[in-house]
Amino acid sequence: MKVMCAMSGGVDSSVAALLLRNAGHEVVGVTMKLWGGDSDTGCCSVSDVDDARRVAQQLGIDHLVFNFGDDFDAHVVEPYVEAHANGVTPNPCIECNRSVKFARLAERADLLGFDAVATGHHANIGRDDDGRLTLLRGDDPKKDQSYVVHMLNQDQLARTMFPVGGMQKSQVREFAAQIDLRTADKPDSQDVCFITSTGGRESFLGDRIPFHRAEVVDLDGTSLGEVESVEMVTIGQRKGIGLPGGGPKRYVVDVDPVARVVSVGADSDLLRSELMVHAMSWVDDAVSGDVLVQASAHGATQRATIECNQDSVRVMWAQEQRRIAPGQSVVFYDLSDQRVLGGGIAN
Amino acid sequence: MVTYFDHAASAPMRSEAIEVMQPFLRDQYANPSGSHRLARQARQAVDESRDRVASVLGCRPNDVVFTGCGTESDNMAITGAVQRLGGAAVCPAGEHHAVLEVVEHHGGIIIGVDAAGLVDLDDLAAQLEGRNVAIVSVMTVNNEVGSINDLEAVSRVVRRHAPGALVHTDAVQAVCWVDLRNVTPHVDLMSLSAHKFGGPKGVGILVENGGPKIDPLIIGGGQERERRSGTHNTAGIVAAAVAIELADVERAAEIARLSILRDQLVDGLQASLDGVHETLSRSGKVAGFAHVCFEGVESESLLYLLDEAEMCASAASACASGAMEPSHVLAAMGVPPERALGALRMTLGHTTTEADVERGIEVVVAAVTRLRQRSAQAAS
Repeated sequence: MKVMCAMSGGVDSSVAALLLRNAGHEVVGVTMKLWGGDSDTGCCSVSDVDDARRVAQQLGIDHLVFNFGDDFDAHVVEPYVEAHANGVTPNPCIECNRSVKFARLAERADLLGFDAVATGHHANIGRDDDGRLTLLRGDDPKKDQSYVVHMLNQDQLARTMFPVGGMQKSQVREFAAQIDLRTADKPDSQDVCFITSTGGRESFLGDRIPFHRAEVVDLDGTSLGEVESVEMVTIGQRKGIGLPGGGPKRYVVDVDPVARVVSVGADSDLLRSELMVHAMSWVDDAVSGDVLVQASAHGATQRATIECNQDSVRVMWAQEQRRIAPGQSVVFYDLSDQRVLGGGIAN
Repeated sequence: MVTYFDHAASAPMRSEAIEVMQPFLRDQYANPSGSHRLARQARQAVDESRDRVASVLGCRPNDVVFTGCGTESDNMAITGAVQRLGGAAVCPAGEHHAVLEVVEHHGGIIIGVDAAGLVDLDDLAAQLEGRNVAIVSVMTVNNEVGSINDLEAVSRVVRRHAPGALVHTDAVQAVCWVDLRNVTPHVDLMSLSAHKFGGPKGVGILVENGGPKIDPLIIGGGQERERRSGTHNTAGIVAAAVAIELADVERAAEIARLSILRDQLVDGLQASLDGVHETLSRSGKVAGFAHVCFEGVESESLLYLLDEAEMCASAASACASGAMEPSHVLAAMGVPPERALGALRMTLGHTTTEADVERGIEVVVAAVTRLRQRSAQAAS
């Protein structure tokens, strides 16, 4: 097959390209230029492009750079900023996968005559007894990334490959080291690629939106203090909300950016029996019934019953759960906790 | 066999230039600044090369400073002028990044350009008036679209409105198309790059017309009469001189030959494809430049398919990562962004043949047709 391998300059996508080449595919490596601003991590910096290009040279495959900066701004960065202004906590890596990697890049690959797009994600694609494609967790439980690629549907899965999904991370690094790839011991990227470790989220957002002071109140409405910027406050947050130490632990249970009020309460005040999820996508047909639910990249799953209603889903927890911050991706797995059913965004 | 339409990015070296380098790589390896016989031989080669370059450019030999590349020459001109004279650096918005980013670095003033990418002389005059200006930098030939600025007119405006300012021209794209003897008298500083006219990479030239006018950028060693320190690249300088002489001697004939080929290329594309917009009229640009925008096609996709068919061309300038940046030149010219997305720059030069043009038409037509068909399929 003719495969376009998205190469971020990290070890996983380096080895993905290596495995594809060794399997006899015609492979072209592509690094996406997404972010023009400061970056110290992730998939965007010039030195990451250098790493990807050098690996491609070592593998003897062609390497290209595509500039999807405008798409990244429009579909990832601007919504990220806007969401924070509205008191919502988005997951930009998932939006990048949804709108850039598995949309813009995949469309380009199709246009240029490629049969598939491969990435270095730790996830697996299988086939069930009916011949339908399944999206499964990666074999390394600590590195599983099925959560961040949950939006892939049947058409997309048919044109996607995850060559390292069946490997442990340690094996990936061994493969890279065996042929002396320069990315073999490169640290995993952890954070949002357009947020620098020196500036952080606060300085990134502060350059783009006005911050507003907000009153911190308890659940009776009693004023307890103030926070500098309501845009920086997230549901479930405990630190940095301007409350004196020593008292009972207090958590943010609600954020109202319009009224500029942050409500705090005890841990138990965060507990909810239900959750609504919108902007649903399904790997195959929509599902209702008993599922396992994951609401962060490496969070534990919780059992729930879901009721699917067009584009939205009602999640009824088996046991009360802490409130999930609006904007977070909520992904449903089958009861074996292996197979992704679909996912959406918490209301 | 690769079909090469990217002469403006880098031209194939002249075989004569390659030949003339050899002795200086093998036997005459000495440092030209030394005092022994081998050094003197190398020094003579550098000095003779300087004479030859000066003769093609219409300046005095001692006004020629050999540098490491065109970008260094541009940097030296602008930074050196700002350091020596104080005051602002000024350039139009369509300049190469080697000028534009240096001017911006010094907090300079950016002048508008017209629809052909040429400096807006009225805007220039207005911006200069009453300001303390160190240097005005206007390129001779635009590196993306090939339009030609009138440096005599630019100089007139600068002398009138900012009499203390130096005039610099980035003539990196000009040597093959413009007799610079007609430009030199109007400027104080001129930058060239050898690999654009059949010489090697790693050799730049800065003309300081009429003697030293600016501070040096690189100090320590005092080569090039204290204007550019660093050991001479003897082989490269010798090759650059041979290449510039050949370009000069052949210029008129090459312009006649290549303008016909360029026209055949663009005519051939327009005859076979709809929605092919020639960015500039042929009379308004140099002979070797074919710049077109294709409707319904993205440059990055087109370049991939051309590359797959072993044809080399480019779109806008490539950034450090190798990604295509949206063209600041087309944006400054007022080309709508959706049209600029489909830009293709094909540049011809001394090795271009009629067979290249025939193959170029075939490859580009096939690629554009395929992209448009697949886009239509995907949309339906």
